[in-house]
Amino acid sequence: MASPLILNPETNTERSRESKKKRKKKPSNPSQNQNQNQTRWRSPAEQQNYSSKLIEALRQVRRNPSPSPLGTVASSSSSSSSSTTSDSPCPAESSIPRGGRAVREAADRALAVAAKGRTRWSRAILTNRLKLKFKKRKQRLPISDNCRSKRRREISILALKKDKKLPTVQRKVRVLGSLVPGCRKLPFPDLLEEATDYIAALEMQVRAMTTLTQLLSVAGGSPPSSGPSTLDRLGSTQS
Amino acid sequence: MSSRRSRSRQSGGGSRITDDQINDLVSKLQQLLPELRERPSDKVSASKVLQETCNYIRNLHREVDDLSERLSELLANTDSSSAQAAIIRSLLM
Repeated sequence: MASPLILNPETNTERSRESKKKRKKKPSNPSQNQNQNQTRWRSPAEQQNYSSKLIEALRQVRRNPSPSPLGTVASSSSSSSSSTTSDSPCPAESSIPRGGRAVREAADRALAVAAKGRTRWSRAILTNRLKLKFKKRKQRLPISDNCRSKRRREISILALKKDKKLPTVQRKVRVLGSLVPGCRKLPFPDLLEEATDYIAALEMQVRAMTTLTQLLSVAGGSPPSSGPSTLDRLGSTQS
Repeated sequence: MSSRRSRSRQSGGGSRITDDQINDLVSKLQQLLPELRERPSDKVSASKVLQETCNYIRNLHREVDDLSERLSELLANTDSSSAQAAIIRSLLM
């Protein structure tokens, strides 16, 4: 029973993708969209899809321990070339994320790819990674600091003007916008929609990574005879 | 709420955002939050929903960070043995 779960992830995701496409083409109320989003991130097919992408990204992280992890978009040839030479191909100033950070970025990237580019935060995650790869890190840091200090000055000036009416809901909206990637200047209803999708996706990410961690820790302790049962768990964790 | 009205006036521009729409979205957000799901939606203010949303996202981020730390340790430890590599390869199949 373990094999159908694993051997048919492609067909499952294809079927679910087709049905999702049919559903989305119909004139959709906002409520229908929301339900689709919630069920989409909770379906076991989506979790299998994400898990396989995550595992592939993690394998690439393992293969290249020193340079920054190359994304799934990058070709495998570049990863093989960098693994043969011990020096990192990136310039010396670029930050080399250590183990945990590299895994986090790979997981975020896999999550963004699983979103299939329909949401703003997924596109922002993918473009941010590309920007960091090709630009030097030192150039980015001063710019982001200026932006943050300007925003704080703007918020305090507005607060003085409007008799401190700004720091209540507005401030929380801004905090929410800074938490969801790529949604700082979004109008309020769009920001709420992005946030709902982002929360559902994050929950799936946590579930998948928890299962993966359990699998790996179990695999570390006991021999691979426990393999089939853990494969079941990977495919059919709580939705 | 004056803040809500001022916000809709600011972002008036292309699409008019009604209060009902905002209420709808906020209630949907509330359904996602594990803490506020049971409470009736008229008793929970929008600012509380936003606060809980920010807290929840921060918690999820922290969980992902912890999990990725543990995963990186596990991956580093499983580099040596071939049994785990076989399991990982079988997972990919």
